[in-house]
Amino acid sequence: MKEIIKATKGYKKYALMSPILMIIEALIEVFIPTITKDIIDIGIQNSDYTFIWQRSVLMIILAIISFISGVGAGFFATRASAGVGKNIRKALYDKIQTFSFEDLDKFSTASLITRLTTDVSNVQASFQMTIRICFRAPILFISTLIMAYIAYPSFANIYAIAAPIMLSLVCLATFPAIKLFRQMFTKYDKMNLISEENINAIRTVKAYNTQQREIDKFVQASKETRNIGFKADILASFANPISSSSIYVCSILISYLGAMLIFNDSSSSHIGLVSMMINYGTTILMSLTMVTGISIMLFMSKASLDRIHEVFIQEPSIVNPSNPLTEVKNGDVEFDHVYFSYSKNDVMSLKDITFKAKQGDIIGIFGPTGSSKTTLISLIARLYDVSQGQVKLGDEDVRKYDLVTLRDAVGVVLQKNTLFSGTIRSNMLWGNQKASDDEIYKALELAQAKDFVIEKGGLDCKVEEEGTNFSGGQKQRLCIARALLKSPKVLILDDSTSAVDTKTDASIRQAFKTYIPTTTKIIISQRISSLMFADNILLLKDGELVEQGSHNYLLKNSKYYQEIFNAQAKSSAKLQEEK
Amino acid sequence: MPPRFNNSHRPNIPSKVYHPFKLFIRMIKNLVNNQIPLVCLIVLLMIIAAGGPVIGTSLLTPILQAAIDKDLNQIYLLLTIQACIFILAIISSFIAQITMVRLNQNALHRIRARMFKHMEDLPISYFDQRTTGEIMSIYTNDTDTLRQVYSQSCPQIINSIVQFIASCTMMFIYSWVLALISCGFLILVFLTIIFISKKSSRHFMRQQIDLSKLNGFIQEMTNGQRVIKVFNHEKEAINDFKQINERLEFSNAKGNFYGSIMFPAVNNIGYLCFASNAMVGSLLIVSGAFNLQATILASFMNLNKTFMMPISNVASQINFIFQGLAGASRIFSILDADSEVDNGYYTLVKVRKDENNSLVEDSSSTNLWAWKNTKNGELIELKGDIRFNDVDFSYVENKQVLFDINLYAKPGQKIAFVGATGAGKTTITNLLNRFYDIQKGTILFDGIDIKNIKKKDLRNSIAVILQDTNLFTGSIEDNIKYGCPNASLEQVINAAKLSNADSFIRNLPNGYKTIITGNGSSLSQGQKQLISIARAAIMNPPVLVLDEATSSIDTYTESLVQSGMDKLMINRTTFAIAHRLSTVQNCNAIMVLDHGHIIERGTHDQLLLEKGIYYQLYTGGLELE
Repeated sequence: MKEIIKATKGYKKYALMSPILMIIEALIEVFIPTITKDIIDIGIQNSDYTFIWQRSVLMIILAIISFISGVGAGFFATRASAGVGKNIRKALYDKIQTFSFEDLDKFSTASLITRLTTDVSNVQASFQMTIRICFRAPILFISTLIMAYIAYPSFANIYAIAAPIMLSLVCLATFPAIKLFRQMFTKYDKMNLISEENINAIRTVKAYNTQQREIDKFVQASKETRNIGFKADILASFANPISSSSIYVCSILISYLGAMLIFNDSSSSHIGLVSMMINYGTTILMSLTMVTGISIMLFMSKASLDRIHEVFIQEPSIVNPSNPLTEVKNGDVEFDHVYFSYSKNDVMSLKDITFKAKQGDIIGIFGPTGSSKTTLISLIARLYDVSQGQVKLGDEDVRKYDLVTLRDAVGVVLQKNTLFSGTIRSNMLWGNQKASDDEIYKALELAQAKDFVIEKGGLDCKVEEEGTNFSGGQKQRLCIARALLKSPKVLILDDSTSAVDTKTDASIRQAFKTYIPTTTKIIISQRISSLMFADNILLLKDGELVEQGSHNYLLKNSKYYQEIFNAQAKSSAKLQEEK
Repeated sequence: MPPRFNNSHRPNIPSKVYHPFKLFIRMIKNLVNNQIPLVCLIVLLMIIAAGGPVIGTSLLTPILQAAIDKDLNQIYLLLTIQACIFILAIISSFIAQITMVRLNQNALHRIRARMFKHMEDLPISYFDQRTTGEIMSIYTNDTDTLRQVYSQSCPQIINSIVQFIASCTMMFIYSWVLALISCGFLILVFLTIIFISKKSSRHFMRQQIDLSKLNGFIQEMTNGQRVIKVFNHEKEAINDFKQINERLEFSNAKGNFYGSIMFPAVNNIGYLCFASNAMVGSLLIVSGAFNLQATILASFMNLNKTFMMPISNVASQINFIFQGLAGASRIFSILDADSEVDNGYYTLVKVRKDENNSLVEDSSSTNLWAWKNTKNGELIELKGDIRFNDVDFSYVENKQVLFDINLYAKPGQKIAFVGATGAGKTTITNLLNRFYDIQKGTILFDGIDIKNIKKKDLRNSIAVILQDTNLFTGSIEDNIKYGCPNASLEQVINAAKLSNADSFIRNLPNGYKTIITGNGSSLSQGQKQLISIARAAIMNPPVLVLDEATSSIDTYTESLVQSGMDKLMINRTTFAIAHRLSTVQNCNAIMVLDHGHIIERGTHDQLLLEKGIYYQLYTGGLELE
């Protein structure tokens, strides 16, 4: 709720104008039947032409005012709700930008997307509904009842009695229906899960000939959805007969009392009154039905509101320190007894990691999957915070730096890297907004990407979403170039050349050595040939630093390293001999 | 490489175009589902439910008239009639609604079940051409629009038509002069609605475009959120988002605005109309012309409402109908998509060998199987001999993927496929179990053209371990015995042991009963692969297709997976797609594929000596993936 009120910022005027105009419209709607009554009971009764004229013109004027108010209310309501939708989306998006990797892990991308799109639309729709109907209905109800009492109290009493009876009956039907609807949604989700699984696993289904079983499963789920749907819909459909019965009973009573009134009266001056009263009856009882209908809608959108709320209350787990350092002195990297776990109760993913890298060093990281290589490098750019120990950059704890300063100084080429739809240039500018074409080409050249970029038509070559129009190796090289454009003090490549052939891989390494000698390079790779020239190779296993040293040192001192190296080099060595 | 087309490959599938009217009829047909008497009854009840109140309410005029005429009996009579009409209307409306609910829910269930049944029969190519999201949205969004049409639009439209006709009739009965005035205003209502609808639909379209732009942006940027963080790109992302968001706000406000003024517009035209009625009517009554009574005016205000509101009600349903039609066209296009063709007449039967060593069908046999020609009863022993003769294949016309493939695998032999991404490795194995049909050449299984084998039996005789492991919601046990649900727990455990999955499963909190959700997201890649090997092992088929997973798994699990696969390959004809080259060295033959051609073939040692592509791949001089 708080979020919605906050989101009306800048649209408060609209959000207020709409109900005000709505009230004007409602009041006129209440007032018009009294004019009719007067025309019939006074104008016609007394054959008063002027009175009839006057009242008719008054009615036309009121109808025009009511029309303008109605349109105005619609205008303001839609403006306000569009604005509220925009504000919520913006606030959500801004919030998501502050999220650290840990927070992103927690929500998952798909759920964040749903929250930003579907959920916001739901909330926006019910907001619009609220400011239009939620004010209109009560005003209509109260003012009509008052007018009825003014006009003829004994008729009005009928409504005063009927209204609460009807309201409680309708509630009795709708609230259990809401519960059933909620159950239905659970069944519905289950059913959709089956179809989604089947679409994804259609090859498995066909290969194992399990179509019939999957069909049975789905039909069963669909039946369950239907059966609860029956009950929910039937309960919900009680509301209608209840409210119309009430209206009809009141109408008959009024007709009867009215007829008796006229019957016992010598004049026929109550025709208009009876007509008006029946009209009021419909208005009073319908306004109540409207409220219950809206409450179902609001209830349905509550789930969306809750999901949005969850994002808002998530505190970003990594924030800027209070007096941040805004300059990274050099590219020295140091890990000092670092421990890390992804969540408090989880096992440690990194255990007691200690190593030092001087500016310009090449550090290799090697180890089996699951040995936390990626976790280790994530700590340098403070994508996650250490659980214990210290990670230092330029002799200062990374937690002391301004986040932007820190991440500008550390270029990370993520393992699962993405290009964005646009052009090659627009993607490269992510690294440096002000980069000139020459600078971009320079970076592309270092990453061995210049040739194919030129071949594809230069920097304006279109990049499709996720970079699908490039091969895996090309994408990796573009991502490296993008990171190079940051001119980082530390460059981290997380298995970023896995799809690049060994020759190109070697050229990239050579280019690094020649052109960015002062940048500290940290390279994760599964290929020992990519790492063997490193100044220091960290050998990770199950989150522990089991050994570190140069290639030659590891060959001598680590059996594991030696085995892998031999396995990887066996064939090429054998072939060398054959030559 | 998953054989799914990526975006650049994906052919533009022209979605089937239906005539809107035929579409509507078909939509209704699904709702009616041959229960014409029931539907007629419902419509009749709806007519009573909608028309009754209009007539009942306008009985006010004669009641008041009777009161003026001091005719007490007449008053009571009319009141009784009014009460009866109301009761009848309520009962009809209630019965109609309850029956409609059943009809709707049944129709939705029926169409979902039909869609799903049909979907299971669709060829793999159907799924290649669409994303999961696209197909899912047929089940969710499109079915939802149909529900809207069935449960809201249809009753609403019937209701409106009846109300309109009833009010119109009553008005003309009471006073044709006043009725004509109302008809004049009706034209105004029409013009207003047309004006509003035109404006509204134009802005609505703009809004949809802006909305899909925003959704696209959110999709892409949220998927790349980690890159945004690493590049300090948050501010730019926020700014880009702001622009798109503001554009949407504008079109959103406009689009909804026109929709929101329909009600006040028509409602107030109703008042204008009544004001004119009152003016003219009063003057006529006072002057005594046309025998008009004041009591008639008492009913006219209400009649005007029930006369005009139906028009705006129908107008507001039109959008839903169009959405429903669009949804229905997607639903029917999945229902109308061609199923897999299966003209096979060879089936798999259990056999034993008689004294003369010839095959005899025997359903009690346990380990011997044969292909039975259902046309002449001939039996051919199931061995697992596979031959490709001059096979050409293309997923889409004019884009040939495989050229002139010739190869054979004798029972128990192991064939490996090696080559760069897109060379056609996975495609070859997809042809074997007829996920796709070849355009030229033949594929023989034990000497029988696989086109003549019933797909079910063909696929039963080939176990496939796919590159991406798909597990289903359910227990691990259920997942392992996926292919043969009648397997005992013992068989499941044996299969798990064979594939090296047993030990990790035992360490799970509930062992084999552990429930997997979300495609096994709680399991590691390697563990999922082990389960998929066990799933294949329990089937015990003569032919095995192994598509090695590309995702890297840790060394220990990889060795488990490797030895599990090795055990599974024993005594089976195996087609292995190798991504890492470590698996292929012991194969009887290695096929090196390049752009759909087999360019090298031989054993590991032979190929190394050839110093061709395989040599380069093996020494890391070429990109493999």
